[in-house]
Amino acid sequence: MGLTLSEKILTKKNKGARAGEIVIVEVDVAAAQDGTGPLSIEQIEELGGKVANPAKTIFFIDHAAPSPRSELSNAHQTIRAFAAASGAQLSDINEGIIHQRLVESFVSPGDVVVGADSHTCMSGGLGAFATGMGSTDIAIAMVSGKTWMKIPETFRIVVGGEFQQGVGAKDLILYLIGKIGADGATYKALEFGGEAVLNMDLPDRLTIANMTVEAGAKAGLFPSDEKTRRFLASLGREADWQELRADPDAEYERVYEIDLSALEPMVAAPPTVDNTKTAAEAAGVELDQVFIGSCTNGRIEELRVAAKILRGREKHAGVRLIVTPASRQVYIQAAKEGLLEDLVEAGAIITGPGCGVCVGVHGGILGDGEVCLGTSNRNFQGRMGNPKAEVYLGSPATAAASALAGKIVDPREI
Amino acid sequence: MSAMEKLNGKVWKFGDDISTDHIAPGRLFHLRTNLPEMAKHVLEDADPEFASKMSVGDFVVGARNFGLGSSREHAPRIIKLAGVSAVLAKSFARIFFRNAINVGLPVLECDTDQIDQGDELEVDLGAGVVKDVTKGIELTFTPLPPAMVKILTDGGLVDHYKKHGRIAVDDV
Repeated sequence: MGLTLSEKILTKKNKGARAGEIVIVEVDVAAAQDGTGPLSIEQIEELGGKVANPAKTIFFIDHAAPSPRSELSNAHQTIRAFAAASGAQLSDINEGIIHQRLVESFVSPGDVVVGADSHTCMSGGLGAFATGMGSTDIAIAMVSGKTWMKIPETFRIVVGGEFQQGVGAKDLILYLIGKIGADGATYKALEFGGEAVLNMDLPDRLTIANMTVEAGAKAGLFPSDEKTRRFLASLGREADWQELRADPDAEYERVYEIDLSALEPMVAAPPTVDNTKTAAEAAGVELDQVFIGSCTNGRIEELRVAAKILRGREKHAGVRLIVTPASRQVYIQAAKEGLLEDLVEAGAIITGPGCGVCVGVHGGILGDGEVCLGTSNRNFQGRMGNPKAEVYLGSPATAAASALAGKIVDPREI
Repeated sequence: MSAMEKLNGKVWKFGDDISTDHIAPGRLFHLRTNLPEMAKHVLEDADPEFASKMSVGDFVVGARNFGLGSSREHAPRIIKLAGVSAVLAKSFARIFFRNAINVGLPVLECDTDQIDQGDELEVDLGAGVVKDVTKGIELTFTPLPPAMVKILTDGGLVDHYKKHGRIAVDDV
């Protein structure tokens, strides 16, 4: 019997192991952010203060960037001091969101990536086995260069057909989470394949991999292929590419088939990500805020989609429109292409690259009774800083179109 | 803590999909380096008075997919710091479950539909039994995988690592 992508990556040094078995694996990249990093650092200090692989141990200051409070500024000092002392890498407030930075600069296909952030699974879009853990697991991974895990069983998601105009990767992953359920893939890996996946560019793969945790999954994986090679080449990292595919006779616990040609723009209504409906079904929900950004949908391709819809128009007077590029690199590119100008002219405010809006830490906190549509990845009660507010999730196209309308709309109608 | 411990306390019942945002919301992000203070707000967005009403030793009883969402280990840590002796649920989200074991908070998977708000429970971690004293019923919980029993009995992952000098779950 052949191997799934997860089995291939996790058995590089554990030959013969299969899904269901516990293995101790060597970690290629270990990461934490400013919310989880200080707790990891405390424990690393308790264990002597040294990290096994400083070049691939990275601390990202992105959740409160720039810091809105002195307590957080002090936590940032802890991180900067530890990075300097241990030789670990630091990605400071100006650099961007952990997961975007990981795929831009640190993760290669075939890597085992662990991060103290649940959306670490995004690096699976590059053909890595990437999973989120807590601060203590990450501390041990940083100190020892290893972690333990059960090799997950895999659900294969076979995607065929082509996206219709106005429909994209975000709609696909929301649809899938609605189908599987918020806990339907707990402990499992989701592996994406099929003709449409082979034709899918990396940004779309990353959006999909990012949200696999919202179905409970441990990881979401894509093959590493020609598209991956081109993506890494565009970042000057072609040497980091290797081809990686599941074996044709790999064993899957379950198979889902999705036909993109029948897919419609989707939204997730509060308070869980699997509470999905079509944008047409949710149409008319009045909005106070629209957020375009996050690790899920803050890439240049997604800002282009939003800017194209908003260019030469004005957002609805009753809506605040916040746009957050996912990284410094994305920010610069958006500036060069004139997208920031388009968005600001349409009434958007652009924030620095970071997580603050999505995670309810700072910037764009909702007021009581307010409703936001975000391109982000979670709509739990309190997610955007206020338990008395509501969050809907949708694609960059749905967000941009809804910002114009002041209410949720199907983007194909704008 | 010892995995053989017996626990007694009252039930605080919660519903499906209690997220890490309910337990430790982003708006309290600045308290992540001050967990005793954050623990005063534990589960605040699911029940604003929970922290003030509960007593040390009580149980948090959820339903399906308890702890979904973020990897923030602060969530199980502040539940433990508040004095909750164990969390029982029909199912747990993966990262929360693993974090709870790593920080020494017992998490027990059992049929919580039979347990109600205010019930008195006795939990025998070693025997794998939950006794609902109020109802006079006994429930069994799914045994932890041996790797996790080892980490829990060693006192959490950091103490496990100190004791063995490595991650030593490959020989269980």
